[in-house]
Amino acid sequence: MSGDYLIEAKGLFGGYGGADILRGVDIAIRRDQIGVIVGPNGAGKSTTLKALFGLLTVREGTVQLNGTDITNAPPEKLVPLGMAYVPQELNVFGTLTVEENLEMGAYVRRDDFRDSLDHIYTIFPPLADKKDQAAGELSGGQRQMVAMGRALMSEPSLILLDEPTAGLSPLYMDQIFDRVVAIRKNGVGVLMVEQNAKQALAFADVGFVLAQGDNRFTDTGAALIADPDVAKSFLGG
Amino acid sequence: MDELIFFINKVLINGTVIGSIYALGAVGVTLIFGILRFAHFAHGDLMTVGAMFALIVTALAASAGFTAPVPMGFIVMPVAMAATAVLAIGLDHVFYKPLRDKGTRPVVMVMASIGVTLMLQGVVRLFAGTQSRSFYIGEQKDIFRIAVPIGDARRTITITEPQILLIVFTAIVVVALHYFLTRTRRGKAMRAVSDNPDLARVSGIDTQMVVRTTWIIGGGLAAAAGTLLSLDVVLKPDLSFNLLLPIFAAAIVGGIGQPFGAIAGGFIVGFAETVSIFNWALLLRPFRDIWPEAIEFPTRIAFVPTEYKLAVPFFILIAVLIWRPTGIFKGRQF
Repeated sequence: MSGDYLIEAKGLFGGYGGADILRGVDIAIRRDQIGVIVGPNGAGKSTTLKALFGLLTVREGTVQLNGTDITNAPPEKLVPLGMAYVPQELNVFGTLTVEENLEMGAYVRRDDFRDSLDHIYTIFPPLADKKDQAAGELSGGQRQMVAMGRALMSEPSLILLDEPTAGLSPLYMDQIFDRVVAIRKNGVGVLMVEQNAKQALAFADVGFVLAQGDNRFTDTGAALIADPDVAKSFLGG
Repeated sequence: MDELIFFINKVLINGTVIGSIYALGAVGVTLIFGILRFAHFAHGDLMTVGAMFALIVTALAASAGFTAPVPMGFIVMPVAMAATAVLAIGLDHVFYKPLRDKGTRPVVMVMASIGVTLMLQGVVRLFAGTQSRSFYIGEQKDIFRIAVPIGDARRTITITEPQILLIVFTAIVVVALHYFLTRTRRGKAMRAVSDNPDLARVSGIDTQMVVRTTWIIGGGLAAAAGTLLSLDVVLKPDLSFNLLLPIFAAAIVGGIGQPFGAIAGGFIVGFAETVSIFNWALLLRPFRDIWPEAIEFPTRIAFVPTEYKLAVPFFILIAVLIWRPTGIFKGRQF
């Protein structure tokens, strides 16, 4: 059973050196699934993603990618294994052009990645027109596309997105969610942290409701939306 | 006419020469700052040590009886550049990397580099003493005197062979650096690390490799600048320490972290120095006959006396930073 999971984290404890922020988080999604982590501020959502990607020390618990133990492996080891991560902030190289940003995503690949570039431009058409422009000059929504495109360039099997719609207009939010669904259609698993919980759970295969560093509810997205307890406490009624 | 030629020699040629030296040094300083986030004060001494390496190999080549149409010091320069690059990587490994791995604050790194400065100066003095040394062992420095066939000019435009080599080398470095940083995978990775080290790491960029590349370029160019300057004048153990402050001024004027800003900054500071110490009264000499008698004919008009040359880069620095707080090429903010 456990071998079927794309990523499986069990009983994660850890933090940034002080008190634990994660206190027993469990995350598991299968191939081609979208997992969405929701919860109030300070619940440890972003911290969970960072723990999976080796950006903070997991004190207790295990992380497996495709059945291989990757607990506390550093990012530079995880990218070649098929994991990619898009931070919430400062997620593009502002002084590099859009195309150079995408090329940096393909840094771990030594093969010809021109097909992947074309593929990214078909997923994110606005980027094709701006490929020679500095990424720092783009709008927030387009920067988010560059950030996601950069992560996809390494041909990951799992992409971690930390609040991809933070600070975006509702129009761009819908666009980004559409792209997330499209990414999954291409066979890439997605695990994302999202503030717009209701909208994100609507297309989530699995939802994780975290509170105070622990899973409060874990179910399919639809079931979580339908659950009156979840709705009352975490989805604003 | 003679006055104009004098101006060309003193301001244009000298400015280009010293500007090239500053540019080669400032590129290294700015790259190191961009990637490693600290001001590398030992950079001037990498120049001295690099020139010293070149001098040793030159002496060996001369004693082995090799001769060449260009100065031997220039022929062996690639060897000195490689040796200095290796030294720079070694210094990083022994002194800077352990501090970096502990997450030390930049100011501690700066202090460490001042320590490395003192150490390198001590080592150079220990092995080479304090006297000046010439690169010309059994060779002669070629000096080109180009006559200007206009009017009654008697002076010649004078440029030495090492000066020509320096200017050509700098031009090649600028083109090669541009190609490297904008066209190659490794060069783009360097810019990415300079821009956002955390994102570079999560993209899987090998930051150790980027750090090594930075020291190779910085150390190599420092050795080249030290060698070419020593070829033109002489090699003194304190040669490059005096260059350190103008080089930092050049890197900051250009926008810290911006390699092409550093090159532009190098030439701005270089020309500012030569322009400010030039005696502009010389250019008035042709008009002596028609000078109104009521006003005394000036014999010396310079912006600053030669002794205060070192103050000029800082004047430029302050003026530029008031106008553009992050430098001409919009460098990193603090």
